[in-house]
Amino acid sequence: MSRYVSIYFSNLLADYLAIKKPELKDKVYVFTMPQSNRIMVTASSKAAEKQGIFANTVLADAKALVPDILAFDDKADFNKKLLVRIAKWAIRYSPIVSIDLPDGIILDSSGCSHLLGGEAKYLETLLAKLKESGYHCRGAISDTIGTSWAVARLGKKSPIIEKGQQYNALLNLPPMALRLEQHIIQRLHKLGFDKIGKFVQLPASMLRRRFGQDLLIRLGQALGTEAESLTPIIVKAAYEERLFCLDPIRTRPAIEIAIEKLLEALCARLAKEGLGIRSAELKGYRLDGRVTETKIGTNQPTHQIAHLAKLFGLKIDQIEPDLGIEVFLMTATKTEPVHVNQEKLWNGKPGLADQSLAQLLDRLAGKVGPEVIRRYVPQAHYWPERSLRPAVSLEEKTEIKWQKSNPRPMEMLHKPATIQVTAPIPDYPPMNFRYKGELHLIKKADGPERIEREWWMEPGEHRDYYVLEDDKGRRYWVFRSGHYDQEHSAWFLHGFFA
Amino acid sequence: MMNVEKQEILTRLRSQISAAQGFKPAPISAGKGFGLDEIEACFPNGVFPTGTIHEFLAEQPEDAAASEGFIAGLLAKLMENGSSCLWISRNRKLFPPSLEAFGVDSQQIIFLDLYYTKDILWVMEEALKCEGLACAIAEIPDIDFAQSRRLQLATEKSHVTGILLRKEPKRSRSATACTARWQIKPQPTEILNGIPGVGNPRWEVNLLKVKNGEGGKFYIEWAEDKFAQFENPNTKAQQPIQIVERGLIA
Repeated sequence: MSRYVSIYFSNLLADYLAIKKPELKDKVYVFTMPQSNRIMVTASSKAAEKQGIFANTVLADAKALVPDILAFDDKADFNKKLLVRIAKWAIRYSPIVSIDLPDGIILDSSGCSHLLGGEAKYLETLLAKLKESGYHCRGAISDTIGTSWAVARLGKKSPIIEKGQQYNALLNLPPMALRLEQHIIQRLHKLGFDKIGKFVQLPASMLRRRFGQDLLIRLGQALGTEAESLTPIIVKAAYEERLFCLDPIRTRPAIEIAIEKLLEALCARLAKEGLGIRSAELKGYRLDGRVTETKIGTNQPTHQIAHLAKLFGLKIDQIEPDLGIEVFLMTATKTEPVHVNQEKLWNGKPGLADQSLAQLLDRLAGKVGPEVIRRYVPQAHYWPERSLRPAVSLEEKTEIKWQKSNPRPMEMLHKPATIQVTAPIPDYPPMNFRYKGELHLIKKADGPERIEREWWMEPGEHRDYYVLEDDKGRRYWVFRSGHYDQEHSAWFLHGFFA
Repeated sequence: MMNVEKQEILTRLRSQISAAQGFKPAPISAGKGFGLDEIEACFPNGVFPTGTIHEFLAEQPEDAAASEGFIAGLLAKLMENGSSCLWISRNRKLFPPSLEAFGVDSQQIIFLDLYYTKDILWVMEEALKCEGLACAIAEIPDIDFAQSRRLQLATEKSHVTGILLRKEPKRSRSATACTARWQIKPQPTEILNGIPGVGNPRWEVNLLKVKNGEGGKFYIEWAEDKFAQFENPNTKAQQPIQIVERGLIA
């Protein structure tokens, strides 16, 4: 069962300003923001609240109450910025911290509290630290985010709600504690439901009809019957290693050492879990605040340090250390289970599964780019240009076989070249042809092999292919596009035979 | 008596020198050779050298196609045990399905299409260091001695066969560290009994240079999935085998 801590800052902005300017402590001051031609108070200090000045009062009214009130400009989303800052600080208490707008943070404290000697001690330490730095805050721990939220803001008894006690904790709290919209709260009050305990037992269908689905969801979330998730401010990658450098690093050997150290730590973890890296990223945090990024990818998942170090080694030239790199962060962005590695057997296996070949291809892809490395598999098309396609992966095999009944040329031109041809009668091979100014007298010929154009893919004429051999024994693949003596028929050279 | 001893010493010295030059007399895995009997006799110990660099000169596109056919025949043997091969080129025209006719599984070949010569050389050297490959082929018009020496050194460690296909070379006569220099030209085909049509591929194979061996001119046909020799009708009357160039090269 999860445990959640909700922390509520009653005067977030005001406290922040008081920390910045200690002379403001215990003074009456507010933050304001113009809203439709009026200047409204958006946040007030503890002293101002005592005078009855809260958020959403008009500044003029506040001035009527306290003439020497101090007003500061508020900025949009300033509270969010502050909360993120506090949440990042709070990561030392739990890895999953989320901000809870407009005035709180939520921690997933499952499995964390015993580190500080129990939940009471945990919450106490956390709040004490915040109070020490000058924030007015309250907190609560319970099984659900909803109950923690309610008790942190409105609870009057113990802030620690034991396991499964959400129901009892909520009974005496006002409906406001359920994080509902203002108009629903008002309607509940109008009907006399001033405590959650007064309506929690009512049938769900009735509540839904009068107050909407929202109320039921919020109630369920507080009681723990509905799921609610947190959005952590920092999602930690599963496989990540950091290296803090004593001095900023600038030289190639130093970067190499850093890469090796990071890989050792990362690969040790991966190896233990039987995983290997498919892609990884190295970030270098520079002195001037910039971040350098280097990425590598592999064909087969691997956790071999030497191989991965080589892949990164090819990219070191791209890292610009500038004044120096302070922190290295290596993340395995994609991991896959490693095939059980029976080194001897494996390396004896020839062909595409060979490990040294996979490593070679990784290195080549790192240097010249993966897009220039291709392997071809047959495709079920007769049209020569479409009879093959690049394979998707090294392992890919197709059921389709290469066609063998008709000869195919050793070399094929990317674009058929036009030739001038003398052909005696229709559908007879040519007697001679002229290509690049040279006349070839045909001695032997095979054909025609008619290949129809795939009309559902592109329009055009069919091709009649001939294998020709000239007087010097050179062999060519030529075709006539369209029927003999037709308007658009033309002759082309398409390839050379061995 | 004296002569026999001298001969023995000479033979031993020769084998030592060729070993020092990176030639390992290890026979190829199949043990039977490539079926190129007369050509194989040109090489030291009468074995077709794998695990070294061969270069093929092809001045015309027709010669290039013929060379690729001959290379495909060699590949069929080299890749016999299912191992794979790298084909590095700049403006590749090779049509992979055609390799099937020579008994090569073209799905086992990995093609790299690169633009810069220095990239081609780098990839070739890396490929020749990789023991998992049967063969690496690079299409490169020209290569200087130092570059070819680098490739030769890489291949000596790994025993991967390297082939340089030099299409339209500008300096075809310059020295390289390759073990053999070939030139393949197409020859008129023939079908028995005078049936019309185009027959099996036939080539004129010129072995221009062989390290520690003798070159020669041969007529080779690809028939029934293997190399075979045929007698050239034009030349058989005058000269059976014309030796183009002979002797040691650096």
